[in-house]
Amino acid sequence: MHEAKHIQNTLETLISKKRMLEIKDLKKAFGDNHVLNGFNLILYEGENLVIMGKSGSGKSVMIKCLVGLMEPDSGSIKIMDRNLLALNQVELDELRTEIGFLFQGSALYDSMTVRENLEFPLRRHTHKFGNITDTTQLVEEALESVGLVHAIDLMPAELSGGMKRRIALARTLILKPKIILYDEPTSGLDPITSKEIIELMRNIQKQYKTSSLIITHDVDCARVVSERMILLVDGINYAEGTFEELKASKDEKVKAFFK
Amino acid sequence: MIRLIKIRAFFIEIGELTYFTRRFLKELFSKPFEFKELLRQCYYIGNKSLLLVGVTGFIIGLVITLQTRPTLEEFGAESWMPSMVSISIIREIGPVIIALTFAGRIASGIGAELGSMRVTEQIDAMEVSGTNPFKYLVVTRVLAATLMLPILVILGDTIALYGSYLIENSKGDVSFLLYFNKVFNSLTFGDIIPATIKTYFFGFAIGLVGCFKGYYCKKGTVGVGLAANSAVVFSSMLLFVIDFIAVFVTDIFFET
Ligand SMILES: Nc1ncnc2c1ncn2[C@@H]1O[C@H](COP(=O)(O)OP(=O)(O)OP(=O)(O)O)[C@@H](O)[C@H]1O
Ligand SMILES: [Mg+2]
Repeated sequence: MHEAKHIQNTLETLISKKRMLEIKDLKKAFGDNHVLNGFNLILYEGENLVIMGKSGSGKSVMIKCLVGLMEPDSGSIKIMDRNLLALNQVELDELRTEIGFLFQGSALYDSMTVRENLEFPLRRHTHKFGNITDTTQLVEEALESVGLVHAIDLMPAELSGGMKRRIALARTLILKPKIILYDEPTSGLDPITSKEIIELMRNIQKQYKTSSLIITHDVDCARVVSERMILLVDGINYAEGTFEELKASKDEKVKAFFK
Repeated sequence: MIRLIKIRAFFIEIGELTYFTRRFLKELFSKPFEFKELLRQCYYIGNKSLLLVGVTGFIIGLVITLQTRPTLEEFGAESWMPSMVSISIIREIGPVIIALTFAGRIASGIGAELGSMRVTEQIDAMEVSGTNPFKYLVVTRVLAATLMLPILVILGDTIALYGSYLIENSKGDVSFLLYFNKVFNSLTFGDIIPATIKTYFFGFAIGLVGCFKGYYCKKGTVGVGLAANSAVVFSSMLLFVIDFIAVFVTDIFFET
């Protein structure tokens, strides 16, 4: 009975929802270190998908393959119905404006002010918003969604870890991406700041109507943001389901995540 | 065995640098151009090395004059001083020493800067925002180093000659006009042009190696230090190789 309902649910999502991102049989090795051994994933429009995995399990490698920072050994990656691995540089850069990427360490440009940081992605892609010459409005709008308008003229060195993460988020928002990839959005932050960032992520999803892929090993973060989860173990998508389903699992390797 | 591995690593490095150079040339001529950033880098690089080049040039002039003078005096040929000093400074000592100090300042600076940007994933962040970081970071810096070094060398040479004049003036009461008259009488285009052309190559090598080492910096803070350090060592070595080739070629074309 329970199973039948689950299948029905899955079928419904399959039929009604657009696939924003699809990974099939992704493999990647560094020498003898086989990091990904056939990873599969589908991200539907508007959902929050959480990927959990131990440190060093290849989460960052996987997400870097998704934006063309690393080249997988084999497998296919489709983003909004375009085959990522077959694109040329210009097409790739074009597609990248549709994808926001929040780096594990924020990766703010430390020689530039917050304003310049936010303006930087715009320098090549203003055509996305018509030919605007005044970027101030876009910058302020993005800063407003993360609640840091007052920091506009500060340097990254003057910001706290949590503020950096927010500015980095604002920088990915400025191109109005359809998909946002979060690499450990709460790592290195205290619990309270983590909560704020998580809250922010949920607001952003509502406000910008994005689909998000969230990588984390923070169980609290997964519980709050996830609509669906995938566990990455031994380089494959080991288990899939909602947070509650996985938490109730009897499998030893799955249980280990929720201790 | 270890030596073999090192030799192999050296050739791999040369191969990668060649590839890097090719990419530079390709991106140099493709739109869009980063003019604003290029100007900023020129200003920054020039400004950063101005004082250093000035002081180095001045000391070169003083030292060479002081050390050559006794020998010439022995032969009673002090009047040859200006032409001798100017030829050695303009042709060889000025460009090479100023380029070496420039390498110490700029190659290490670029190596460390790009290295830390690589390590903290800032270069990756530029890449994923669809703004070609090679163009923005590498092309502008290499070009700025190539354009600025010749100007700095001309400046340094001039200061060196002035330093030399000060010594001459204090020892033998030679007037400014007379001194520089002698200097310009002894210099030919065959001295100035090859020396200037070679400084463009010096600047290019310094910028390129600095960027190369920084852009492919290994992860970790150790990597940044290593990138800065090896950028200086590698570019200084390259300077001498280029210098040798330049002198060789000049010899064929100008000295018949
Ligand atoms: N550029 C690289 N060269 C060689 N090995 C790499 C490289 N990048 C990652 N690896 C290896 O791939 C494995 C997975 O690394 P990855 O950074 O994806 O882990 P992670 O799941 O993101 O861990 P964390 O939660 O700590 O961020 C590690 O064993 C790492 O050593
Ligand atoms: Mg990671």
